[in-house]
Amino acid sequence: MIVARALFADNRRLVLCIAVVLIAGIGLPLLNLLTPPTSALHVPTYVVQLVGKYLCYALLAVAVDLVWGYCGILTLGHGAFFALGGYAMGMYLMRQIGSRGVYGNPLLPDFMVFLNWKQLPWFWQGFDQFWFAAIMVVLVPGLLALGLGWFAFRSRVTGVYLSIITQAMTFALWLAFFRNDMGFGGNNGMTDFKEILGFSIQSGGTRAALCFASALALALGLVVAASVVGSRFGKVLVGVRDAESRVRFLGYRPENYKLFVFVVSAMLAGVAGALYVPQVGIINPGEFHPANSIEAVIWVAIGGRGTLVGPVLGAVLVNFGKTWLTGALPEVWLFALGALFVFVPMFLPNGVVGLWRSRVKRAPARADKTAPLARPAE
Amino acid sequence: MRETDKLLYVDGISVSFDGFRALNSLSLMIDDGEMRAIIGPNGAGKTTMMDVITGKTRPDSGEVVFDGRHDLRALDETDIARLGIGRKFQRPTVFENHTVEDNLLLALKGKRRVFDTLFARRATSETTRLKDLLELIGLGTQRGILAGRLSHGQKQWLEIGMLLAQDPKLLLVDEPVAGMTDAETETTAKLLREINKTRSVIVVEHDMNFVRELGVTVTVLHEGSVLAEGSLDQVSANPRVVEVYLGR
Repeated sequence: MIVARALFADNRRLVLCIAVVLIAGIGLPLLNLLTPPTSALHVPTYVVQLVGKYLCYALLAVAVDLVWGYCGILTLGHGAFFALGGYAMGMYLMRQIGSRGVYGNPLLPDFMVFLNWKQLPWFWQGFDQFWFAAIMVVLVPGLLALGLGWFAFRSRVTGVYLSIITQAMTFALWLAFFRNDMGFGGNNGMTDFKEILGFSIQSGGTRAALCFASALALALGLVVAASVVGSRFGKVLVGVRDAESRVRFLGYRPENYKLFVFVVSAMLAGVAGALYVPQVGIINPGEFHPANSIEAVIWVAIGGRGTLVGPVLGAVLVNFGKTWLTGALPEVWLFALGALFVFVPMFLPNGVVGLWRSRVKRAPARADKTAPLARPAE
Repeated sequence: MRETDKLLYVDGISVSFDGFRALNSLSLMIDDGEMRAIIGPNGAGKTTMMDVITGKTRPDSGEVVFDGRHDLRALDETDIARLGIGRKFQRPTVFENHTVEDNLLLALKGKRRVFDTLFARRATSETTRLKDLLELIGLGTQRGILAGRLSHGQKQWLEIGMLLAQDPKLLLVDEPVAGMTDAETETTAKLLREINKTRSVIVVEHDMNFVRELGVTVTVLHEGSVLAEGSLDQVSANPRVVEVYLGR
């Protein structure tokens, strides 16, 4: 409790954000379930689904911000960790179909029957157990991030070169997962899911629970991120972002700090992907597409990087805009996204949250607790 | 590796970049508790020498021994910093988005591994040490403001304070008074002399008035090796030094 109070004492906005996320994650599904469709308070099912999806995107954005906003690693491949988490969940959901597939094969998923495979590949073993899949959801993205980060950070690859490596990683996975003989359903990916933990994936109750789970995951993700960036570790991290050589000459090993935060971030992204897949009902190689990773970076830039509330706000706002625009004027969406990418860095360098901040800054300055600024610094 | 009672023993180091000889068999010895000023025209190899001592650049040949037993050629920047060599860069390099106090806190000697800092709580001893350091560098009233809002001179002092926080045996200070006013320069000289009471210091500087104010042994570098060594008056009287400085 004391830790929590210390953590959030100077971050009311974050507490507010977590509260809103949890209230939306509980309230909207409950309104959907408990009110009749005729009621004015009724929330349609598709809204619950959309909110659940947005919450997963928001968690992905928080993961991106943790490495980009706080450590200066511009990742253009975080969609890969999201997709890997999604695939791990998708494999579990595939195994739950059992003999109810089109081919009715009790042992193999449909796509394997179609490919004339006789037995389950070794890497599918264990995915009929939820706990195993749940571990893989964080383990696989975490290990990939560990491997990639270990080589990249030790060799002191930074800046645009690192961005290109992360982009190449997701591009390579995108190509690989298209191949049928990879054993993950190739081009079609995995879909037609039936049940999760024994509950029908189509039922209103399950949808409500998944939306709530996404809200909970986002809230926990924010708490994890806040404790990381609020610690002395987080201060070193910002130091690495702003003056890496200074950190090194102070006797720290920046590569270890980067590696740790990169792995934590990849795991958060994996969880986001795992919650996303049952809500949209499909996972295919398209999730690895480099454009997805770039979009996640745009959410963070628009919301405000280097803050924890910013990415949540950015992810929700941009995706709400996307949902609305792709419905109303489908051909305009990509232009709108491109325009955002150009104009936000120009006019809103600190994102939407920065807008709010600069308004506060113009208000009368609060008395500094430690020491008043005696004279102008410059 | 050579046995030596010098704090820093640099012998015959050479460094080439793409055929350009930045250091040419340079030798330098610093005693425990000594302050040494290094001067030399642009391109004389002053910064490269610091890079070699702090592990940023590996010499092609020669020996670098610290404290009589550490071969610095085998270590990287982090290891060397942990051994007790602090380095101030030419351009003041502080964490602009952290408060003055947090800058010093991150520099304080202590455990520096990921899991140490993740769970670190501020100790009372750290608070005391921070207070002393803030007082020494004269930034006590600015402790709560972001380092990015400090003036150029204050940033230089903060960086020197950060070096001190590391509790090093040897400080390498690259052009501490560049861009400073006369009053600030004087304060900096005082600060360095104060530091020198307990630690060894190597100062690279262009400003001759400042070097005179320090009143220490001067080493003149030229084209990657030592041209002259002695008091400022001695080296200024050296005809070769005059030639190098005034053009040939």
